[in-house]
Amino acid sequence: MSVQTPLARVQGLGAAHAGTGHFWRQRIGAVALVPLAIWFVCAALALIGAERNSAAAFLAEPVNAIAMALFVIAALNHMALGIQVVIEDYVHDEGPKIVLLVLNNFFAWIVGAACLFALVKIAVR
Amino acid sequence: MAEQARTAPAARPLSPHLQIYRWPVTMATSIAHRVTGIALAAGTLLVAWWLLALAAGPQYYDTFSAVARHPVGQIVLFGFVLSLAFHLLNGIRHLAWDLGLGFDIHTANRTGVAVIGLSLLLAVAVFAYVYGVKGLLP
Repeated sequence: MSVQTPLARVQGLGAAHAGTGHFWRQRIGAVALVPLAIWFVCAALALIGAERNSAAAFLAEPVNAIAMALFVIAALNHMALGIQVVIEDYVHDEGPKIVLLVLNNFFAWIVGAACLFALVKIAVR
Repeated sequence: MAEQARTAPAARPLSPHLQIYRWPVTMATSIAHRVTGIALAAGTLLVAWWLLALAAGPQYYDTFSAVARHPVGQIVLFGFVLSLAFHLLNGIRHLAWDLGLGFDIHTANRTGVAVIGLSLLLAVAVFAYVYGVKGLLP
């Protein structure tokens, strides 16, 4: 039981009970990804055809390692938020929906952990 | 409950769906934004594979490079680059809309056509750079 009035309970939250937090985090990620994605494509293009050791040396540079880490984190965060909306739009049964939302989160964390582990290993080799 | 016999729903006319409508540019770009977003989600696995192969050592990196150079790999990579170019450019269009800019039908149609054309151009330019300028043919 809540002593709040029905109005106070829903104010600023909307039907999803989460307010505009999701929308806002999605936009912040999008803004960050504009320069980061452009950097990623330029870096990938520079590394195409390079030997493994020179490619690793490039990504071991502090600025490049940090930029790649930021790109991976921002992209996977943006991805998890976006795929969440796709799941919520098309999967209407509560059970499968929750399972897919959990898997979506796990996917982002696992891929993110793998990428960051690889970056650390490349940087400290 | 038991008395309520389960009857098949009456065959009422349904509201028209995607296959009925002519595709306006704004609808096509909206759907393409979602499709490219899903494609890029799958593409994160390629980025992870690339970084892990790079961390693991030369023989793993050679395997990754061989798959990437294979014609099938090149087609997948073209899809990845095209998806990234479209999602990036159309994402900027979305951010402009969030600021209330370019929301009228005429402008939205024109920026939609521009985004489709520019993303195709950008993806082709990336591959032209790799094949032509860097001279790396698959």
